[in-house]
Amino acid sequence: MKRRDFLKTTIPAATLLSSIDGYSVQGFLGNSLLQSRLLDPSIDTDHVLVIVQLNGGNDGLNMLIPVSTYSNYYNARTNIAIPENKILRLNGFGAAGLHPAMTGLQTLFNENKLAVIQSVGYPSPSFSHFRATDIWMSASDSNVNVNSGWAGRYLDNEYPNYPNGYPSSSMPDPLAIQIGSVTSLTCQGPVVNMGMSITDPTSFYNLINGVEDPAPNNYMGYELSYVRQVVQQTNKYAARIKEAAAAVTQQSAYPTANPLAEQLKIVARLVKGGLKTRIYMVSYGGFDTHASQVSTTDTTTGTHANLLRNISSAIKAFMDDVQFLGIEKRVMGMTYSEFGRRIKSNASVGTDHGAAAPLFLFGNKVTNVVLGENPLIPAGVTVNDNIPFQYDFRSVYASVLEKWFCVPNIDLQKILLKNFQSLAVISNAACNIMAPDTSGESLISNYPNPFVQKTTIKFSTKGGHTLIQVIDSAGRVIKTVLEKDYTVPATITVPFDSYNLPVGVYYARLQNGPIQQVRAMLKVR
Amino acid sequence: MDRRDFLLAKKTAPKRPDIAISRPSSGINPYTGAWTKNEVQHLLKRTMFGSPKKDIDYFKSKTLSQSVDELLNPLSLVPAPPVNDYNAGTPDTTVPAGQTWINTPVNDGALNSVRRASFKKWWTGLQLNQDRSILEKMTLFWANHFSIEAADIGNAHYVYHHNALLRKSALGNFKQLVKGVTVDAGMLRYLNGYVNTAAAPDENYARELQELFTIGRGPAAKYTEDDIKKAAKVLTGWRINGTTYTVFFDATKHDTTSKTFSSFYNGATIAGRTGAAGANETDDLISMIFTNNEVAKFICRRLYIWFVYYKIDANVEANVIEPLAQIFRNNNYEIKPVLSALLKSEHFFDVMNQGCQIKSPADHVIGCLREFNVVFPNNTSEYLDAYAMWGYIRGWMVSMTQDLGDPPSVAGWPAYYQAPQFYEIWINSDTLPKRNRFTDTMISSGYTRASKKIIIDAVAFTKNFSDPSNPIVVIDEALNILYRVPLTATHKQTLKQQILLSNQTSDYYWTDAWNAYRANPTDPMAYNTVNSRLKTLYQYLMNLAEYQLA
Repeated sequence: MKRRDFLKTTIPAATLLSSIDGYSVQGFLGNSLLQSRLLDPSIDTDHVLVIVQLNGGNDGLNMLIPVSTYSNYYNARTNIAIPENKILRLNGFGAAGLHPAMTGLQTLFNENKLAVIQSVGYPSPSFSHFRATDIWMSASDSNVNVNSGWAGRYLDNEYPNYPNGYPSSSMPDPLAIQIGSVTSLTCQGPVVNMGMSITDPTSFYNLINGVEDPAPNNYMGYELSYVRQVVQQTNKYAARIKEAAAAVTQQSAYPTANPLAEQLKIVARLVKGGLKTRIYMVSYGGFDTHASQVSTTDTTTGTHANLLRNISSAIKAFMDDVQFLGIEKRVMGMTYSEFGRRIKSNASVGTDHGAAAPLFLFGNKVTNVVLGENPLIPAGVTVNDNIPFQYDFRSVYASVLEKWFCVPNIDLQKILLKNFQSLAVISNAACNIMAPDTSGESLISNYPNPFVQKTTIKFSTKGGHTLIQVIDSAGRVIKTVLEKDYTVPATITVPFDSYNLPVGVYYARLQNGPIQQVRAMLKVR
Repeated sequence: MDRRDFLLAKKTAPKRPDIAISRPSSGINPYTGAWTKNEVQHLLKRTMFGSPKKDIDYFKSKTLSQSVDELLNPLSLVPAPPVNDYNAGTPDTTVPAGQTWINTPVNDGALNSVRRASFKKWWTGLQLNQDRSILEKMTLFWANHFSIEAADIGNAHYVYHHNALLRKSALGNFKQLVKGVTVDAGMLRYLNGYVNTAAAPDENYARELQELFTIGRGPAAKYTEDDIKKAAKVLTGWRINGTTYTVFFDATKHDTTSKTFSSFYNGATIAGRTGAAGANETDDLISMIFTNNEVAKFICRRLYIWFVYYKIDANVEANVIEPLAQIFRNNNYEIKPVLSALLKSEHFFDVMNQGCQIKSPADHVIGCLREFNVVFPNNTSEYLDAYAMWGYIRGWMVSMTQDLGDPPSVAGWPAYYQAPQFYEIWINSDTLPKRNRFTDTMISSGYTRASKKIIIDAVAFTKNFSDPSNPIVVIDEALNILYRVPLTATHKQTLKQQILLSNQTSDYYWTDAWNAYRANPTDPMAYNTVNSRLKTLYQYLMNLAEYQLA
């Protein structure tokens, strides 16, 4: 039974929605968490996902090393292979082990805080950094262009009226925060980016971090400083972020000279500081190891070993810190890279672009497992051989959305554009409190949704030129439902007949002067 | 400061440099330095709306002197007039749809309202389609100087013809322009000149003529309250015919007494005249005013604030304003010689005067659309769509507090007179997010109407660069068009790596992506790969504070 079905059939409707200090709370009657929340409304149990992007294509085969097929592994990449006796063992899983630099993650696994999923990828993989990154971020099929990100569609589903009316009392914070990069496709919603990058020019990060160029000492600099002052005043989230950061004065130790650790430390601080932000994105680059991936004198050291050590120690320190801060139940993380690397190493002691690779989930609610079999490595491996995928990356997203963010199955299809099965990598007990936030100004909706053939689109215009279009997930206009000038504000309904259109996700788009809002509509059989 | 420290830092407001430090001491001697993209871009950002690449390239191939001469000589001073774009909503029995309404004045309030809207859209369209000249910037200058409010006047006929007068005279003779404006129906309506009679004088125009239009409010502007009363008497008798909508002089309403002015005007007396000759007193008044040195100085200061910067200190007054005012007087108030001297001067090209203007909403909106070559529907064959799109664009400028044709008061927009903030008044916590939203909208979804769409085409923009496959070239050449404020090498490197290289370190990943698109331009994946990154780059650049400067 789906969680919401369970709620519908067993709980009186009146108990579903309570309001505490302006926060709407949905939960199980008698659930101890809800009770404790009623007693202590300051406890915030909203879940947080930390996405760790490893830029460049991480060599998964040297990160999670197949022990059971070691000789084929060794023969495929003699110049970079990790010696069998150096592989770090995982309690209860003998078939594969970790790179020797990853002692931190070994500890986390042995403490039941790490899940490993073997050979994650997708059909017809792309070997281009750009295209593969776009595929991972948009969760599209390999041969389909999707202009929104999977997390952006999730957030659009949870906060359907964003950005109209936000920040709101129930969601005063950025929906997603990206640290250390420009806002990415991952958080691009159907119409606006749902994320805020705190290297974003309109954010406080630049201003506080000194990333922005100094203002020259002349009239130009004088006016530039003026505009920057207004930028700072204008950022509606800056005060919240500063407040959250200021609320945390002590954190446990993080490794130094580790860019990933620096970013994760900020994440822990902002979560503990009280931000209700759902998704954090951090990134760490340098994985494009075509050459000199390892030291020729000792393959357990060198470029890739340093990268893996930094990942491992950063995540371990982060997990220790969230424990220290008492937020370990709220936080889960996921690593990914746009692709793995070729099975066979090249002559420059490196590896070329490949296909599937293992992915880590970390947190107290993950299932302690190495999911899946070791990749099949042929005895006489050639330069053309790639690791085929066992698990579609969108099944990992589905798992996170369903088991961590408690998204009902029908919404999962809207977000992931297809029906992907979730994997047994997150405890079923993780979902306990969730409430879609419908504050903000709703200007367009449809009913029924999902629909079979016909649905009715309802929208509000402020007057003036008003355009209603139905677009598909690739952004193509399927139909212009209405285009009209209204002399006065009005709320209108128009029918939409999807005859002849394939089942799937469509968006109803409202354009009214400078206003734009988009609503996802799901066509089902 | 590194990332680890940033949360620990005590945040203080960014320190503003001391404005007193870098004071230009250069004067109006001709500029003889380098004539590079930088100088061309500076000249274009100040004299036109934005600096599109094609215009930079065009003027780069000429000399500075040739460039300024060409900017001062528009192809035409009389554009095709505004048309009936409103017939579907408000039928006009006097003018068919698509035909101009400027020769068919009406008294109908609803019709005048849609005609005023038509006029404003048309004006926006002229700015978007400006030729390579200073005409549109000067038309807006005079519309700010001889400010009238269309909504106040009501009749679109007067509103249009006022604008046509400014446009026709924008680069002509200032003294004649003052005469023209004084007896212009729009101005007579706006400042009550048409009800100024001997029996019941109305001093409104007489005051603004001196305070705002000619003498100004400089320290030496010592005209008296009595001078205003006397000028009002001189100007009595001008009327508007309510049937023909034309201006005429009604001698029976004219004050025929002689008017003696204060010592500021050397005690001059304008002899009272009777009959039709009473109208000539207006010429006498203007001639008297123009004998005063303040007129030339005041207009030169206004031009200085418009084209250079708002800070006028003793150096600027002595080295720039005074000599320009002398040129103005020596040339019997011809406008071009003054503009020519200013725009060719070493002071104008002084590095200290570059990049220090905060863009007006028109600069921000029209400049952005022009620099990205956003394609609009055809002016004539698709005039309905074109007008609607211009109206949409105009709406953005209005939201940023610049409503063409409806400035806030007779003094024009405060950005050009209100000390100490001046241009900074354009930017506040309400308008800055709107500026960002405008550029975000134009580059992400654009605006769709009747199946036509205006949107920034990031790929087409980039294709014009010398080597779009080189990510360094892409950033440098985009900045050469969009920015006046230089970015540091570190900043550019960050943009390149984080956006164009998707966090990879090798430039060839961008090169490969661009070449893959060029090899197969119709492949949606290849297109999307470069388009999404370019959009992110340009959106980012337009969101930085630097983009607000010109």
